[in-house]
Amino acid sequence: MQHKVIDLKDVVIRFAGDSGDGMQLTGSLFADMSAIYGNGLATFPDFPAEIRAPHGTVSGVSGFQVHIGSDKVGTPGDFCDLLVAMNPAALKSNAKWCKPTAMILVDEDAFDEKGMARAGFTTENPFTELHVEDRALIVAPITTLTQESLKESGLDPKTVLKCKNMFTLGMACYIYSRPLEYIYQYLERKFAKKHPELIEPNKKVLNDGFNYAANIQAIPNTYTVAPSKNKKPGTYRNITGNQATAWGLLAASEKSGLPLFCGSYPITPATAILEELAIHKSLGAKTLQAEDEIAGICTAIGASYAGNLAVTTTSGPGLSLKSEALGLAVMAELPLVVVDVQRGGPSTGLPTKTEQSDLDQALYGRNGECPMPVIAAHSPSHCFDAAFTAAKIALEHMTPVMLLSEGFLGNGSEPWLIPSMADYPEIKPPFVNGVLAEGEKFKPFERDPQTLVRRWAIPGQKGFEHRVGGLEKNHAGVLSTDPANHEMMVRERAEKVARVASQLPPLEIIHGPAAGKLLVVGWGGTFGHLLNAVEEVGDGVSFAHFDFINPLPANTAKVFEAFDKILVCELNSGQFVGYLRATLPQFNYVQYNKVQGQPFLVSELVDAIKKEL
Amino acid sequence: MANLTFKDFKSDQEVRWCPGCGDHAVLAALQRALPKVSQALNYEKERYVVVSGIGCSSRLPYYMDTYGFHSIHGRATAVSTGIKVANPWLTVWQACGDGDALAIGGNHFIHAIRRNIDINIILFNNQIYGLTKGQYSPTSKFGAITKTSPYGTVEHPFNPGSLVLGAKGTFFARSLDVELKLNEEIMTAAALHDGCSVMEMLTNCVIFNDGAHKSISDPEVRADRTIVLRDGEKMVFGKNSEKGLVYDGRKLRVVHIGEGGFTLEDVLVHDSHADNIGLQMALADMKGPEYPVALGVIRDVKDITYDDGVRDQVKDVMAKSKIHTVDELLHSGSTWEVQ
Repeated sequence: MQHKVIDLKDVVIRFAGDSGDGMQLTGSLFADMSAIYGNGLATFPDFPAEIRAPHGTVSGVSGFQVHIGSDKVGTPGDFCDLLVAMNPAALKSNAKWCKPTAMILVDEDAFDEKGMARAGFTTENPFTELHVEDRALIVAPITTLTQESLKESGLDPKTVLKCKNMFTLGMACYIYSRPLEYIYQYLERKFAKKHPELIEPNKKVLNDGFNYAANIQAIPNTYTVAPSKNKKPGTYRNITGNQATAWGLLAASEKSGLPLFCGSYPITPATAILEELAIHKSLGAKTLQAEDEIAGICTAIGASYAGNLAVTTTSGPGLSLKSEALGLAVMAELPLVVVDVQRGGPSTGLPTKTEQSDLDQALYGRNGECPMPVIAAHSPSHCFDAAFTAAKIALEHMTPVMLLSEGFLGNGSEPWLIPSMADYPEIKPPFVNGVLAEGEKFKPFERDPQTLVRRWAIPGQKGFEHRVGGLEKNHAGVLSTDPANHEMMVRERAEKVARVASQLPPLEIIHGPAAGKLLVVGWGGTFGHLLNAVEEVGDGVSFAHFDFINPLPANTAKVFEAFDKILVCELNSGQFVGYLRATLPQFNYVQYNKVQGQPFLVSELVDAIKKEL
Repeated sequence: MANLTFKDFKSDQEVRWCPGCGDHAVLAALQRALPKVSQALNYEKERYVVVSGIGCSSRLPYYMDTYGFHSIHGRATAVSTGIKVANPWLTVWQACGDGDALAIGGNHFIHAIRRNIDINIILFNNQIYGLTKGQYSPTSKFGAITKTSPYGTVEHPFNPGSLVLGAKGTFFARSLDVELKLNEEIMTAAALHDGCSVMEMLTNCVIFNDGAHKSISDPEVRADRTIVLRDGEKMVFGKNSEKGLVYDGRKLRVVHIGEGGFTLEDVLVHDSHADNIGLQMALADMKGPEYPVALGVIRDVKDITYDDGVRDQVKDVMAKSKIHTVDELLHSGSTWEVQ
């Protein structure tokens, strides 16, 4: 058989195994290595809520999908070219994601009677049972080979087994012609301090996996995915959405000159933001792991009153707990960034799965007339700009701002051209200027006539003593139950938020003509999938994506006017389309929805769009 | 040097508590204590922030001419914590009621004490929900008849002192609303204490729980049923200081001085600064008819404060880290060049 090296435009690899098999690490290493190699890339971790679900069962399967390309890739890919399945359960739950041309690599040792039974196979051949027998199957005794490789290492049997994923990674590196140097460096960094004895064994297993794949006859061809040529020059790094969110907030702290304070309670999938901020105390960030979600936001509100850039991070159930305090921040007109990394709901729902179903809660989930700006991030790296913008709006308009992220964005990663902070605008909160005229009393809720924003008198300044709180007040900050005053204040608070629109960039048509039959519309983390889908459909369809939800960009109606029909696609039952119908009822909306805790597939979007053409 | 008087702390807002409400006296004590605190610590007025939750007593910030934050029910302690961590230079006072701090806000209350955040909490304990017009609270006596317990409660009350000391609180004091002078002393001591100070003020609610603390506050019986603890002083009480507290090896005991072989020598001397939480807990737990109720500063010990810890850690990491700007952060770790 002639060995061929085939150059591919892009390739999707799905690593799947037991939740203790290290598939998340294997996948991210493959991704990071490919990023440094120069590929475009997107990742999608898909893991169970249980830390260690019952061993060998379908519910305990953890997956990590990587899409690498010789150009920018917009999504982690619908279906994979290589499925790595470390046990029968992983094969069973992931076989459906294989392309017809896919390769499937399995650990033969895990496919014993017990393993097959645990995964619920009823016949002897898992491949025919799943109808994937015609794929290119690579059946390798990975466990045995790993044990063999580390026979002389002196490591205990349990530690040896933990190195299986490195053997697999070595095989994948051979198949896709990846250089191993990056992984060597990673292993050296990771184990240098605490476990230097693990560096060499891991390197050896990785190498042995690579060589094993080269030696067996089961792999007819290998592949290359060339580094991207169209990339803008500059320094790149790989970044996850949660990391980018944390860094965007730190950037806003630097640009505003206000120390960052984050009061949060751990919750999946938002915790990594709190963890990331906790690392960066060198930038003056203070993090407070609160006793509950309510204390998270209330400590942040206190910190905001005291003059910090205050943040609280959470996911859907936590946002529910914060509702009352959000109302307090609206009423006291204090800057605050609330990050909601959405997950499947309601209630505990699907903690590790992605969804866009908190939009209604973000827009309306408070008592009284209680509007606040709502913005959404559309890709892992865009979380940086979205967080920066959320903080800028909060600080300059004296309002809490809701930043919607998604599990898909928070855990997903992509390469990012590192920006320069010199290109970011200053953030200028409306501080009092420190001088009061003789006999003048500071009126905390007096407003700027243009923006309706009140002034910010941080405690500690002589003469500006004032009270804020949840009770209705007049402009002077004095309690008032006067009917006319209440209505005026309700209107002013709403108008203040509405006027943020004048500061926002206009809505742009990203694909297709500015007028036509069909405009596809999305918001948040579906951006990559929607863009790929409209590009695949090609002519005759246009696409616009919303980063700003409340208020909507000022030109939204103008953009919509030019289309016969507007197809709103989102990962919920129709929350954004409902909002658009209420806000701009004059247009003809149709909708495409999915509520499965999974991102869209480009293929299903293409079908949905074609149906409307 | 700050030269402030109680008038400087009085706002122009009309005080709207019911006539005869115990809160008036606590407010007056605070307005008299803060000038002394300012003198002692050289604090200007703009350094004070008064925070509250929801309830009658939580209206207090409006009556203080300082920075103030009237937050939401139960959450004052969390707001105070955020203020103090964000800006440790500010001095934070908090007003909250028994329902506010111990029911809906119980979680924040115990965690602020556990963290030893440097805030001063005045806990107005009238054993009733006043602002909602008379429902039982977590400190209402067992069997209390209120609007939501027409046949009497069937639940045990919290003793705030036990709760604070159980959470290893570093400062706990108790007093009666009417003890203006003692309250000034307590508030000053709380201000000087570096850490979380809890001052339980036993207040009367003239409308919904009149005479809540009458059994100990009535002038006729107060000397016999309360004991004011002062550092370095013998634990004596009674109209003629004829009774004292002794420790009999197992527990505290009330003795009549000069009777049963007990002399003044045997009577305990109070030391709020001693890290003797067992004795302080026993003092905080005392109740009639066997014991007098302890008033004054029961515990006042030094420990690391949360706000100092946070600030010092930030300083420490700043000094050690190589990352001091966001640009440096963005370029940290693995990066690669595209030409």
